[in-house]
Amino acid sequence: MNEDWALYEVFIRARSGLEHKHVGSLHAADARMALEHARDTYTRRQEGVSIWVVRSIDILASDPEEAGELFEPARDKVYRHPTFYSIPEEVKNI
Amino acid sequence: MSSAAECTAGAVSAEERFRYLLRLADTSLVLGQRLGEWVGHAPALEEDLALANIALDLFGQARLLLAYAGQVEGRGRDEDQLAFRRDAPEFFNVTLAEQPNGDFGQTIVRQALLDAWQVELYHSLIGSTDEQLANIAAKAMKECRYHWRFSCGWLVRLGDGTEESRARVQAALDGLWRFTGELLTPDALDAHMASHGIAPPLALIRSRWEARLAAALEEATLRQPPPAYFPWHGKRGVHSEHLGHLLTEMQHLQRLHPGATW
Repeated sequence: MNEDWALYEVFIRARSGLEHKHVGSLHAADARMALEHARDTYTRRQEGVSIWVVRSIDILASDPEEAGELFEPARDKVYRHPTFYSIPEEVKNI
Repeated sequence: MSSAAECTAGAVSAEERFRYLLRLADTSLVLGQRLGEWVGHAPALEEDLALANIALDLFGQARLLLAYAGQVEGRGRDEDQLAFRRDAPEFFNVTLAEQPNGDFGQTIVRQALLDAWQVELYHSLIGSTDEQLANIAAKAMKECRYHWRFSCGWLVRLGDGTEESRARVQAALDGLWRFTGELLTPDALDAHMASHGIAPPLALIRSRWEARLAAALEEATLRQPPPAYFPWHGKRGVHSEHLGHLLTEMQHLQRLHPGATW
């Protein structure tokens, strides 16, 4: 089953104004079918107002073996966190 | 057609409105039950979900229509009693809806033929003089447009696909086409409803349905069968042998334990 079908990653925007978030993956023969499958699989309970699909093969992922050089240099740079500011209560979604 | 003319003269009785609503409701109910048979058996998990989603849309339509039909009838029957406690001759779905699933291609052909019909029918019913029916149609039309997108997409994919997929859907189309005459040929009740603006004239639905189907079949590189001879009368309660078996399974629990609830 599905030997000819490519794997797609699915991103759903839950509400207008929010970003698309990765929700999972599925198989489909082409992009159009992937969009329909995503609609049927991931938005049946009103989870979204917009869908993106992208072929998994088109995603370039970082190599776990390079985690040291990629991510560890950020570890001791606490001054990059905006934790020294107070955020007004009216500001949502930050 | 003389009986149609006689009918047209009078007002619409509750019995007539009830029967017309059952045609719509039962078509959705029976088609949904057929699609439900695919659950756990579809060619891919994603298609399993898609078919089940469509079935649930159809059950939702059937529920609204049956509840309204029960009110119109005025004998205290609710949607569950109408769905589970009527026998085949009291069902008025079009005969095409009860035809067996066959292979996936045959299910898709049956679905596309009926989706195209329901899209056009519900689109017109939004303008019905029956306000409650118009409201139900507005909700159903959006659902049916997605159903058509799904079934038409697969029709093109299979028709314009491999040699085997093309042969299978063409065979299904040739086999099911004879049931389409019933969708598009008005009887006395259809004409009566149309004359009161409750339903659209089926001649209008026919021309739109034919245009929609012709475009889809061309894209799918499928051959349109010759015009369908019209011997089927499911919408008058005269069914093919398949409906009784379908109802036996669908109604089993409520027949054995009347009124059972979760």
